[in-house]
Amino acid sequence: MKNLDGQRKWLSIPPIVRKPISTLSTIVVTMVGLLFITFIIGRVMPVDPVLAIVGERASQEQYDATYIALGLDRPLLVQFFYYLVDVFHGNLGVSIRTGLPVFEDIKRFFPATMELATIGTIIGIIVGIPLGVLAAVKRGTWIDQIARFIALIGYSIPVFWIGLVGLLIFYGILGWVGGPGRLDIFYEDLVPQVTGMILIDSLLAGDLDVFSNAFSHIVLPASILGYYSLAYISRMTRSFMLEQLNSEYITAARVKGLSEARVIWKHAFRNIGVQLITVVALSYAGLLEGSVLTEIIFSWPGIGSYITTSLLSADMAAVLGGTVVVGLVFVCLNVLSDILYRLLDPRAKQ
Amino acid sequence: MSNLVDVENLWVRFPTRTGLFDAVRGVSFSLGKERLGIVGESGSGKSMTGRALLRLIRKPGIVEADRMQILGHDVMSLPEKEMRKLRGRDISMVMQDPKYSLNPVMRVGEQIVETLSIHEKVDKKLARQKALEMLEAVVIRDPERVYDAYPHELSGGMGQRVMIAMMLIANPKILIADEPTSALDVSVQIQVLEIMDKLVRERGMGLIFISHDLRLVSNFCDRILIMYGGRIVEICESGKLDQATHPYTRGLLNSMPQLDHKNERLEVLNRDPAWRDQESVSGLL
Repeated sequence: MKNLDGQRKWLSIPPIVRKPISTLSTIVVTMVGLLFITFIIGRVMPVDPVLAIVGERASQEQYDATYIALGLDRPLLVQFFYYLVDVFHGNLGVSIRTGLPVFEDIKRFFPATMELATIGTIIGIIVGIPLGVLAAVKRGTWIDQIARFIALIGYSIPVFWIGLVGLLIFYGILGWVGGPGRLDIFYEDLVPQVTGMILIDSLLAGDLDVFSNAFSHIVLPASILGYYSLAYISRMTRSFMLEQLNSEYITAARVKGLSEARVIWKHAFRNIGVQLITVVALSYAGLLEGSVLTEIIFSWPGIGSYITTSLLSADMAAVLGGTVVVGLVFVCLNVLSDILYRLLDPRAKQ
Repeated sequence: MSNLVDVENLWVRFPTRTGLFDAVRGVSFSLGKERLGIVGESGSGKSMTGRALLRLIRKPGIVEADRMQILGHDVMSLPEKEMRKLRGRDISMVMQDPKYSLNPVMRVGEQIVETLSIHEKVDKKLARQKALEMLEAVVIRDPERVYDAYPHELSGGMGQRVMIAMMLIANPKILIADEPTSALDVSVQIQVLEIMDKLVRERGMGLIFISHDLRLVSNFCDRILIMYGGRIVEICESGKLDQATHPYTRGLLNSMPQLDHKNERLEVLNRDPAWRDQESVSGLL
C-alpha cells in the first residue's frame, strides 16, 4: 500500500518536471556505477601506481610517503568516495604521464576524436541510409548484391590494414591527402582553440589555409571510419526497410495509387526513423570510443589513443577520466535518442 | 461492355522450392453494378484474386490471364503509371486489419487526404473539408478529433471506418473488401458492414466482398462465387443459397450452427480431392 501511495505521489508531479528528474537520476546512477567498476578494476590491477610515479630506485621512505599522499592506505570504498567527490567538483586528478590535469588533457584530446567520429558518422548516414534503402527496394537484384558486398567488406577488412594501405596509396604514392596527424607542422597552433575541432576553429578564425590543410588530413581517416559506419548503417537500414515494405499499410498505400517513390520515402521510411536513430547513435558512440586503431595508425591525438597509452603506463587517473568522458557521451547519446524517439514516433508519447 | 470488371482465365502462381504453386487456377468472372461475394476457406485463392485485379501481386508472383479488364482498361498490359491512376480513383480495396493497414506514424487525416490529393488537384482546405465529410459519412461522431489522431489512438471499428473513408474518398467505382470485418469484434462487425454497404449503394459502386463467412456474404451480396483450391466451384444467387448443389457448398452450409434448429451434431466438412481437378465454373456475365 505504502509503495502505491509513493508511486501515486510521484505520478502527480507534472511530467515536465518528472521526466528530467528521472532522466537525470538515470544518468547519475549509470555514471556512478561505471566509475565504480572502472575504479575497482584500476585498483585491483597488478600495477603499482606508486612505483609508476617514484620509479624503481626510490627509497622505502619515498615510496611510503607517496603511498600515503595518494591515499592508498585508506579502504577501497573510502578512496572511491573521495574520488567521486573530486569528480563531481570537476577534478579528475593529474595525469602522471603528461603531468597535466586530466581534465585539461581531455579537453585537448576529445575534440580530435569527436571531429573524426562526427565526419565518419555523417559519411555513414549520407551514404549508408540511401544505400540500405536502395538495396531493400531492389532486393535480390545486382544492386542489392553490390550493396551487400560493400557492407560485407566493411565488416571483414581490419581497419589497420585498410588504414595503412590507404596511407600508402593516397598519401605516399598519389599525394592527394595529408599524412598522419591533424595538421602539417607549420600550421599548428595558428588558430586559437575554441571548440578544439580544427575544422570549426579555423573557420571561426577565418583561416582557410588551416582549414584546407586540416581537411586534407582528416579526409582519409574519416572516410575509413565512415566506411565502417556505412557498412553497419546500410545493412541495418536494409533489413528495417524490408520489414516495413512487407507490411500491410504499404500495400494499402499502393492501393491508393501512390507512386513507388512516395510509398518508399513517405510511408516505409518514416516508419524506420526510431530504429535508425538507435543504429546511428550506437555507431557514433562506437566511433567515439572505439577508433583506437585508426587513431594510432594516423597518429591522431584522440581520446582512444589517450586512454590506451595511459593504461599502458599505469596512469589510472587518466584512464578513469577518459572513461568518465566516454561514458558520459554514451549516456548523453542515449538520452538524446530517447528524446528523438518521442518526436518521431507518436506511439512513444504518452 | 457495361461490366465494371471482366476476368477470363486468371492464374496466379508462385515459384517455390518444389516448383510452381498455383494459388489461383483459371478463374473467370465479371462484376456488374452489383455486390459480388467471393467465399472460400484459407488458401482458396480469394484474396489473391482481389490483389491480382489491382495488379498488386509482387514479384516473384506470376499473374496470367486471357483477359483482365477494369472499366474497359486492360490491366495486363497497362503501363504502371496508368495503373496507378486506376488504383484509388477507379478501383480500391479495404483490407483486413486496420491495426496493420494504416500507417502508424501518419495522422489519420493526412492518410485520407493523400488518396484524394494524388488523384485530384485540391487545395489543402478543401481536401481537409472533404476528408472530414468522408469521416462523417462513415459515422464517426467526432471527425475533427479523429482527423488529427494517430491510428493507435483508435479502436478497431473506428480504424476500419477510417480505412473505408480513405479508400472511398476519391470516389472509386469498384471496391474490393478483403475480409473487412474478420479482425473486428462481433459487435462492431455489423455496424462497419452496414456503413460500407450504404456507401456502396449510394454511390452506385460495384463491390467485391471477399470473406470466409458464407452467411455474412449471403446477407450482403447479390451473387456469390464459392472458391476452393484456386477455382470457382459454384456460383449462387444469394437468395438461392439453399439450392446450392456442389458438395463443398452444401458442406459449408451444413457445418454452420443454426439457432432455430435443435442442437443436433454439426456435420463435418469432408473435402473430396476430386474437387480440385474439376473445371472452374465461369462467373462471367
